[in-house]
Amino acid sequence: MRILVCVKQVPDTTEIKIDPVKHTLIRDGVPAIVNTFDAYALETAARIKDANPGTTITLLSMGPDQAKDALRECLAVGGDKAYLASDRKFGGSDTLATSYILATAIKQIEKTDGAFDIIFGGKQAIDGDTGQVGPEIAAHLGIPQMTYASTVEIKDGEAIVKRESDEGYDMISVPLPCVVTIVKPEFEPRYPTLMSKRKARKAEIGLITFEDIKDIIDETRIGLKGSPTKVKKTFTPDRTKNTVRIEEEEPAAAAAKLVNLLSEAHIL
Amino acid sequence: MGFEEYKNIWVFIETEENAPKNVGFELLNPGRQLADKIGCKLVALVVGGKVEDVAKKAIEYGADEAVVVEGDEYYEYSTDAFAIAIETALAKYKPSALFIGATNNGRDVGPRVACDVNTGLTADCTSLDIDVETGNMLWTRPAFGGNLMATIQCPDNRPQLGTVRPGVFKKPELVEGKEGKITVEDIHVPAEKIRTKILDRVKEVAEAVNLQEAEIIVSGGRGCGGPEPYVEGGVIYELAQVLGATVGASRAAVDAGWIAHAHQVGQTGKTVGPKLYIACGISGAIQHLAGIAGADYVVAINKDPDAPIFDAADYAVVGDLFKVIPPVIEEIKKLQA
Ligand SMILES: Cc1cc2nc3c(=O)[nH]c(=O)nc-3n(C[C@H](O)[C@H](O)[C@H](O)COP(=O)(O)OP(=O)(O)OC[C@H]3O[C@@H](n4cnc5c(N)ncnc54)[C@H](O)[C@@H]3O)c2cc1C
Ligand SMILES: Nc1ncnc2c1ncn2[C@@H]1O[C@H](COP(=O)(O)O)[C@@H](O)[C@H]1O
Repeated sequence: MRILVCVKQVPDTTEIKIDPVKHTLIRDGVPAIVNTFDAYALETAARIKDANPGTTITLLSMGPDQAKDALRECLAVGGDKAYLASDRKFGGSDTLATSYILATAIKQIEKTDGAFDIIFGGKQAIDGDTGQVGPEIAAHLGIPQMTYASTVEIKDGEAIVKRESDEGYDMISVPLPCVVTIVKPEFEPRYPTLMSKRKARKAEIGLITFEDIKDIIDETRIGLKGSPTKVKKTFTPDRTKNTVRIEEEEPAAAAAKLVNLLSEAHIL
Repeated sequence: MGFEEYKNIWVFIETEENAPKNVGFELLNPGRQLADKIGCKLVALVVGGKVEDVAKKAIEYGADEAVVVEGDEYYEYSTDAFAIAIETALAKYKPSALFIGATNNGRDVGPRVACDVNTGLTADCTSLDIDVETGNMLWTRPAFGGNLMATIQCPDNRPQLGTVRPGVFKKPELVEGKEGKITVEDIHVPAEKIRTKILDRVKEVAEAVNLQEAEIIVSGGRGCGGPEPYVEGGVIYELAQVLGATVGASRAAVDAGWIAHAHQVGQTGKTVGPKLYIACGISGAIQHLAGIAGADYVVAINKDPDAPIFDAADYAVVGDLFKVIPPVIEEIKKLQA
């Protein structure tokens, strides 16, 4: 099996705070992490590798040079090889342009390393939360996709996927090659060891620039200019309400007051 | 920009095993408003096994017309069949915009279609508007875990696509007997083009589906301290019982294994739009609040007077949930008597 995992480096959104005066995001000092769902995708790939000896896991990220840290973190957990697609021309891409660049980078890697059987991604990136890049990579490559997967097994040359549905789950078979995006699974991702961390620190990361793929990519479809969606404005949500506080010492008194208020307001 | 041929606002009505998902009807509400704002038609696109009656319903909910794509291949969802159905209809009718409910399937087919027809897609919108002059949609959505809102446009491509979170908009008023044109399109997908195969469907959490349709939700968080409050005899369960409410939970409670993931409300759980949301022992993390923006009224019960949930609540009860909820149940019973 040859597996590729798409990894995005994201700001840890649990650490993000809003500047109470300027109403903007405070990004300074917010740590950059491997997108949570991509770590789950990598763990899913590693489990396939455990079950199918000879499997290789290649990692691919698009982003600034700093994203190499995320790739090294993943190399230490289970990746065999890593590539970073990085170029000024890639900056400002929306999901359609990002997926186009990633799909083109995948084709480029396949030229030297051979074709991939499965391309994994996360259910969504925790900064943008769109969940669109995976299916769009599949569409660019013309291969089937399976989203919201919690477990993946390989059987008779097919992927057997457990996919979350609104009412439970479906078991679905998907022919290879395909794109699979991963939700929070029932298991925890494994940890790196001291040895694997040291090795990952020294590993070489293949760089893919615009120049490398200029013959197979359409420049008008990448970057800010090549992105169909444009951010018109951003603002911080206003969630403040005219809160009625009920601070009665006695629970019974508090309860009576609450139910009374709800009833008066015709909510109950 | 030569978009004259792209007219009308379309709403995708998702069905599964012939049953419509509520969010499709919900989206007819903003769809109607925006179509009236720019003076165009509102069209429902219904895809499913046998769904003409769903199309009739869509018209009663406010659509001017409906386009129906029916066939056995659409009885259960598959990316391949649904993408082909939607893309073929888009190519023929050229709508200006298509709204898709942000269910798992909507978020699966949306990007596939966007990429195939080479247009922009804005995910998980929570508010919609349109620029009368240009016909450009103004898609507003949360990002960075709900910390920031962004308004997004797709000025140079048509159709404009967006997925919209369930529970954000209310279903419009149903006008019984309202009539409109229903066109059944003969679009069929041969079996070999559907590359995936459903081997088994397991429906394990029937009541969880109701979260997005619930009128009242009683949610418990880490403050519940264990699984007991969620089961019979427990405070969350009993409060939900007396109110006829559905039980929700924060991620902390789900991660602790106290209740199934299907009950989770929030950014990585369900977005809900009940009339009343009662948050018990939930601190009010931004990721949780992201799921309850559609609630009409929020009641929070928390023993920490500074819990952030109180800022998002209409009624803030400062107290221990184990002590406050039992008398609340008694008071409600009195009220109902
Ligand atoms: C990418 C990402 C996605 C996420 N998605 C979600 C999501 O979808 N949904 C979600 O909920 N969270 C989500 N989270 C997690 C979120 O950040 C919080 O960690 C979580 O919501 C906290 O749950 P909680 O409020 O139950 O627990 P806590 O934050 O621990 O709060 C418990 C509260 O209970 C109160 N309490 C304790 N005992 C009592 C008592 N006896 N009576 C009354 N009050 C009591 C405490 O004062 C406290 O305020 C996400 C996080 C990340 C990073
Ligand atoms: N810049 C990127 N580099 C590598 N993978 C990415 C990138 N952006 C998105 N992905 C992949 O696509 C998934 C969905 O991302 P998104 O559509 O942005 O929510 C992520 O979980 C990643 O697996």
